[in-house]
Amino acid sequence: MRMTADAATGSAAGVGIDDPAALKQRLRRAELRQRLRAYALVLPLCLFTLLTFLVPIGLMLVNSVHDPLVAEELPRSGPLLRALPAGTISPDEAVFAALAADMKDAAGNQTASRIATRLNFEYGGLRSVFMKTTRVVNRTDAGPWKPLFLEADTAWGEPRIWTVLAQTSERYTPNHLLRAVDLTHDERGAVIREPADTRIHLMVFGRTLWVSLLVTLLCLAIGYPLAYWISHLPPRTGNLVMVLVLLPFWTSLLVRTTAWVVLLQKEGVVNSLLMATGLVSEPLQMTFNRFGVVIAMTHILLPFMILPLVSVMRGIPPAYVRAARSLGASPATAFRRVYLPQSLPGISAGVLLVFILALGYYITPALLGGAGDQMMSFFIADNLSRSLNWGLASALGALLLAGVLLLYAVYERTVGITNVRLG
Amino acid sequence: MSAAPSANALPPYASLRDKLVHHALRAFSVAALVFLIAPVLVIVPLAFNADPYFTYPIHEYTLKWFVEFFTNETWRVSVRNSFVIALAATFIATTLGTLAAVGLMHRNLPGRALITAILVSPMIVPIVIIAVGAYFFYSTLGIANSLTGIILAHAVLGTPFVLITVSATLAGFDLSLVRAARVLGASPWTAFRRITLPIIWPGVFSGALFAFATSFDEVVVVLFLGSVEQRTIPRQMWTGLREQLSPTILAAAVVMILISVAMLLTLEALRRRNARLRGLQA
Repeated sequence: MRMTADAATGSAAGVGIDDPAALKQRLRRAELRQRLRAYALVLPLCLFTLLTFLVPIGLMLVNSVHDPLVAEELPRSGPLLRALPAGTISPDEAVFAALAADMKDAAGNQTASRIATRLNFEYGGLRSVFMKTTRVVNRTDAGPWKPLFLEADTAWGEPRIWTVLAQTSERYTPNHLLRAVDLTHDERGAVIREPADTRIHLMVFGRTLWVSLLVTLLCLAIGYPLAYWISHLPPRTGNLVMVLVLLPFWTSLLVRTTAWVVLLQKEGVVNSLLMATGLVSEPLQMTFNRFGVVIAMTHILLPFMILPLVSVMRGIPPAYVRAARSLGASPATAFRRVYLPQSLPGISAGVLLVFILALGYYITPALLGGAGDQMMSFFIADNLSRSLNWGLASALGALLLAGVLLLYAVYERTVGITNVRLG
Repeated sequence: MSAAPSANALPPYASLRDKLVHHALRAFSVAALVFLIAPVLVIVPLAFNADPYFTYPIHEYTLKWFVEFFTNETWRVSVRNSFVIALAATFIATTLGTLAAVGLMHRNLPGRALITAILVSPMIVPIVIIAVGAYFFYSTLGIANSLTGIILAHAVLGTPFVLITVSATLAGFDLSLVRAARVLGASPWTAFRRITLPIIWPGVFSGALFAFATSFDEVVVVLFLGSVEQRTIPRQMWTGLREQLSPTILAAAVVMILISVAMLLTLEALRRRNARLRGLQA
């Protein structure tokens, strides 16, 4: 209303036409107003995304390096422990006395167990050492503390325990991130690879990449011919077939995973079919292994490959392939040199989308895979809810997030995120 | 599009090799479609199997698993929670997403690409990461074990879909219609309500459907943020699949499939209406 009123008075006074500078200024002002209005419309969602998405994820990133529990619960001994030279075997009585005082407090506010758990994440076995010693210390009124500790557990005479205590009493620690890539510290605090039997995370990252890649390639291998066929059907039939592609797309992930459990399990539909036809004599093991995970994930992610492919292929004019053929190209050459390059945007969109989505899969591998088929997400969830190792869960999450964001940036550059087709 | 020749009608001069390739492609495509559809359809009859087995042949049909699904207290709570969460999340996502899409319509907005990339990222970031972050954050806020926390997390998961579908509708939107309304004296709000909204509502509605489906299907956030009181249908199915597969889960799956089909058909009808209005072939 106000803008139109302005315009009316403006032209009445003749300013708009006679004075180009004033007109320009008013145009700029109007554009600024429009821009501000646009920002005002976007602002609520930005704030909402900030609060419910960016801040929580930021908190996870902070938690991957910030672990103040030990620093807070060992206020007296923390500074002394950090001041110990690397490789200390036997600190002096003052350190033991400070530690004993902190332990008494910790036993009093029931936090001893949490400290012990945290120490145990860094060095297996420290939990029982710390709990046992805390009980002994709590029973004793006065020192000397050093012999008491050493008597409670001989671990107090080893350099490793002092390194771990010094490291964990820092508020900020690189340990969770190091652990997430299978690195740890030796007894003198130098960074080394984890012992072979606890080295799992890099393998899980590799497995996650490998399964995602396999699923993406299968989706492309199945999706490309299907999308080609659909895009060359008469529009009416093509749309009808697209509904068939979209039906599984709209069906709940959990329903589709349930379907695959029912199909593939030992007493399942596929096995009874195979047995009835005499193809196999005993049921095949198809769940709780890689086969089940890959086939179900391919099924679930296939529509994400088909949708961008069909939308790109429908826009490819048939004249080019015809021209190539009439100029003497064989069908294979015409496809390879003319059609395939034109369908590349669809391929890159589908491949990136499927791969990114596959990287984060949790539910399907958890229900259809065995212990050796779990992907990164499973270990994040497991560390959070079962081991209660929040720091490690956050660190693994941070690495997974970094990988996904990298691919997302590539996707943004090559495809453009708002060009995602949703049916 | 209508000018595109159909691959099905082979020209009379097609060589034997052309024909072979053509038939092989069709056979492969039909097989791929069967692979897509069959797993979903196969479990439907099994939900009516009177015996608690999960394979064919079915000797006797029954509705008892559906009766169980609709009367059992645990399942009823899950159904109610699922709808409450999904409807609330959809409302938030649709309102905020539509407003933002209208704002982002202005092409020469500084920072537009970055804002869009950030607003769409909940669709791309692995759900476990969102759930872990939400768990940390909502625990400190004290809404970890509540419907509120789940609703907020689900709403942000749904906003990218609303943003994308509404933006797609707005891409073909003629801004001069709004200018005409404004010149004729409409306030910005009236112009939005009377001109913009009626034109973009199919996009808004399909975005809302996507947001609803996302929330209705989501289980990881519910696992992290919800206690037993906040269980939803997918969470009940998850628990059942991990412990003991029961026929009631199949009944629940069939109900979920029906809801999906209803949403898909609504969306398809919308798409056709939209195509018709724009003068394209439906």
